[in-house]
Amino acid sequence: MSEHSKPERSQANRHREGRGGEVTDERAESEGRATPSEEGTSRLKGRPEPAERSEAIRHAVAVIGRATFLAAVLGFFALPLLWLATAPFDARPGITVSVPEFTLRNFQALLDNPYALTSLRNSLIQAGGSAVLVVTLAALAAYALSRARVPGRDALLYVLLLLSSVVTGTAAMVPLFELATRLGLIDTHLGVVLTLSGGLLPAAIFIMKDFMDGTPTSYEESARVFGASSGQILRHVVIPLVRPGLATIAVWAVANVWGSFLQPFILLRDPDKAPGAVILYTLYTEGGAPRLDLISTFSLLYSLPVVVMYVFVSRRYGFRFHGGIKS
Amino acid sequence: MSRLKGAPSPPSAARPVGTAGFVLPALVLIGVFLVFPALWTIYLGLTDYRLTGLEAADPRVVGLDNYTAALGDERFRGSLWLTVQFVLGSAVIGQAVLGFAIAWVLRDRRGPVKRVTEGLVLLAWILPSSVVAFLWIALLDRDEGTLNALLHTPGAAWLLDHPMPSIIVFNVWRGTAFSMMLYGAALSNVPPSLLETARLAGASTLQQLRDVVLPHIKGHVLTNLLLISLWTFNDFSTFQITAGGPDGRSEILPVYIYNVALSGGRLGFGAAISFLVLLVNLVFAVAYLRLLRSRRTDATPKAAP
Repeated sequence: MSEHSKPERSQANRHREGRGGEVTDERAESEGRATPSEEGTSRLKGRPEPAERSEAIRHAVAVIGRATFLAAVLGFFALPLLWLATAPFDARPGITVSVPEFTLRNFQALLDNPYALTSLRNSLIQAGGSAVLVVTLAALAAYALSRARVPGRDALLYVLLLLSSVVTGTAAMVPLFELATRLGLIDTHLGVVLTLSGGLLPAAIFIMKDFMDGTPTSYEESARVFGASSGQILRHVVIPLVRPGLATIAVWAVANVWGSFLQPFILLRDPDKAPGAVILYTLYTEGGAPRLDLISTFSLLYSLPVVVMYVFVSRRYGFRFHGGIKS
Repeated sequence: MSRLKGAPSPPSAARPVGTAGFVLPALVLIGVFLVFPALWTIYLGLTDYRLTGLEAADPRVVGLDNYTAALGDERFRGSLWLTVQFVLGSAVIGQAVLGFAIAWVLRDRRGPVKRVTEGLVLLAWILPSSVVAFLWIALLDRDEGTLNALLHTPGAAWLLDHPMPSIIVFNVWRGTAFSMMLYGAALSNVPPSLLETARLAGASTLQQLRDVVLPHIKGHVLTNLLLISLWTFNDFSTFQITAGGPDGRSEILPVYIYNVALSGGRLGFGAAISFLVLLVNLVFAVAYLRLLRSRRTDATPKAAP
């Protein structure tokens, strides 16, 4: 079964290479520069033939079509986002997108609302707690699984990975709610952390094992010769080598938990414990006219960390695809 | 463990470490919060367990009653049909086609146009669901929505009059990034010389796509369709826009389960529906893993020459 760990990995590599490859791609042409075939025809420009003319027309139509399509795509994706860019700084924020009458006073609304900043702190606690738990447990498990020859190891990993993409919050909301109720975890940060970590761990172990497999075992051998224990080896030899992997998992876990809505929505009744996702939802659904100054500034503040983390990870490590990585 | 310790490990091979002790904490957490809930769903689905009332204190096993009740329930069948529309419309057609089109058009572009387009599409994907939900509520608002202002259709209540098309378009917007990136990577694997040859031979764009591109990216297409269908099928973010309303006209299965089980208190019945969702997920996931495995075996002989 050992070859089963490779498809996923080679796929991830291929995507990474794919993106990297684009940069050095021979097809890379600056916009407007002629393609080889057009260079071929332009050499014959002296006597245009009907076939060339139709080729030129076809080319023009294609260029216009592409530009129109891209403009439509840009419009479609930008339109909903515009409000997030303008409303927080608008002195009179409305629902309609408008050129803002610039102000920073809306951010005052955050301070006045009793739940806004508390909820961001709660998001931080839950995301940070999950990240620490997931990174620690995944590193331990991945190290052991990477180094030991355990029969059925890859089968186990695959079954776990399969489960994590099958047992989604949607499919398990009833038992998760029941479980938390019976364990007394309703209205606790711990309940949210444990529930979300359980779902993130299989993919985290999988990715972590990739990193562990890529580190040489010779250092560990010599450390062992000098009598270091497994724990010491892990702490002083292995962890420094796989630090990029740990960072990736941590950022990925934080981003996942930060955006989670369903689990905290189900498991927390007390607004003092609710994270940003749930508080934002209650801000625009519960009663009265929505406070747009509050909603807009809060949305912006709450979104920023995710965007920053995403940019950080994609800059440093490139995009990676793993089954269930976004669930 | 004991077996590993007993066996003399060859000097070059990695030695067994405290395997069990290292793996156990992770396995326990996964077991309690992932595996156990999945199994418990099966049991709960066979009971008449409720959040409150007599059945809350003393649930009875009712066998397959929940399943027969679901099949006879108009609301459940309606929800199932809406889910099919949602997955086919927003993922299989919307995200996959739009994602491919963007990747195709941007495939040999450089510069700001590419970066801005990709950036915006990605932004829609990574922003938290609560935020994008409100952005779409604002966009589609009846009285002051930006869309009505742009289209000069004041008073058009998109979310009330056309809830399904609204959430389908929303989910296309939300999830196209994944398809775009996957196809972008796949297209860079298509040899440019083949496309060039086809173009010189006078093949139209459609012919190029069908005869040159598609055979090369077949595996990616399947991977993409399986994953985005699985995610869309389980997506709960539309709850934050329409909550299934009005009158259940956008109540896809995830929202239906929440409304029936946790809001309505019929936990046993909700668990039964959850189990059906689990089964469908399992089919998608197993198909995906088999695909990965078969691509692996396919690739081996091809890599040789």
